[in-house]
Amino acid sequence: MSKVYKNATEAIAGIESNMTLLLGGFGLCGIPENCIAALKESGAKNLTCVSNNAGVDDFGLGLLLQSRQIKKMISSYVGENATFEKQFLDGDLDVELTPQGTLAERLRAGGAGIPAFYTPTGVGTLVAENKEEREFDGRKFILEKAIRGDFAYVKAWKGDTMGNLIYKKTARNFNPMIATAGRITIAEVEHLVEPGELEPDQIHTPGIFVQRIFQGSHYEKRIEQLTISES
Amino acid sequence: MGLNRNQIAQRISNEVEDGFVVNLGIGIPTLVANFIPDELDVVLQSENGLLGMGPFPSKENVDADLINAGKQTISTVPGSSFFSSADSFAMIRGGHVDLTVLGAMQVDIYGSIANWMIPGKMVKGMGGAMDLVAGAQRVIVAMQHMDKKGNSKLLTNCNLPLTGIHCINKVVTDMGVLNIKGQQFEIIEVAPGLNPEDVLKATEGKAVIHPDVKEMTF
Repeated sequence: MSKVYKNATEAIAGIESNMTLLLGGFGLCGIPENCIAALKESGAKNLTCVSNNAGVDDFGLGLLLQSRQIKKMISSYVGENATFEKQFLDGDLDVELTPQGTLAERLRAGGAGIPAFYTPTGVGTLVAENKEEREFDGRKFILEKAIRGDFAYVKAWKGDTMGNLIYKKTARNFNPMIATAGRITIAEVEHLVEPGELEPDQIHTPGIFVQRIFQGSHYEKRIEQLTISES
Repeated sequence: MGLNRNQIAQRISNEVEDGFVVNLGIGIPTLVANFIPDELDVVLQSENGLLGMGPFPSKENVDADLINAGKQTISTVPGSSFFSSADSFAMIRGGHVDLTVLGAMQVDIYGSIANWMIPGKMVKGMGGAMDLVAGAQRVIVAMQHMDKKGNSKLLTNCNLPLTGIHCINKVVTDMGVLNIKGQQFEIIEVAPGLNPEDVLKATEGKAVIHPDVKEMTF
């Protein structure tokens, strides 16, 4: 059975309102641009989106905020998005702020069949409210639960038709964990190649985690903070 | 009077030791990298997935797939490595990072820090800060001693939502350097032109002047 789809519109088939979606990326780096555009077109609403950030006003997940398709975000940092801030302060958007490392581990655990884990992060803070606290070797830890999604969307540099993925530089970020934590994981890649063209030793995400793959197009790869050396 | 942002960063760079892996937060902490002496072997960790962070790239080498945790375009150095966010926070939470430098809105005599939220006003999120203060071997705070209204930001108890408890060892402000131990601030250095008593007065939480307090030089 082929995992290859023609484009994002076909690959996201099955999306429905009220689903939980996991999306790779850090800021605008390594985000599944094509899938986000297709999700906007799909019109699915009341979505819960798990992503480290919420994009900017007119790009990334900001597009789905603008169209008011998101009812809840689970993120670690949402500071670059005025639309987000307004919807949240107006009470139109529910937000679960999760420490970045805890978010990464909750996704990793979700994909790895671990229902919950103890972490020192957030002990004594708002994050610890209503969570079980336990001491190990004299230090306090809180219990954090795994996250899984109905669909997971990742962006890789190269992928083969079996779903093996290689990410590029810091565009890897949350993508490998998110790939493992979706009931259906959809990968969009810049270069789709045949099995055997990727070196097995170099694969970051083995194809078992990926159910659908397509070659993306028109990547904008927007830069949030262009910083260059003078010399 | 008082240190500027670069001077705060320069003073903090003295805390960086040979062989350290260091994670620098956004703002003044980022500037610390500019003052780390070349002869020290120091590796900069960026929590979005880069160990061995280099300077900003030249115009030709800008790559949208290569950014730091502040979302700035960046470069690598010989020996750099890339990894996932889960691996990155295994480094941080697992105690493999020697030093982190973070900004703060408040710190207190218990070594607690608040730097991620003002209820009803600012909802940006904690990003990696809670993991960093929980996991890094040493945590140094770079901050202004007082807010714009002249209120001290070095308190008996933080009143903003906390980022972490009992985790700050040292604070470097525009007015001086203070250790936090034994539930009090200890003023160990003061900015050029300031008296230790000035720093004491500007510190709301219990503070003492170290007997060997000295004036900083630049």
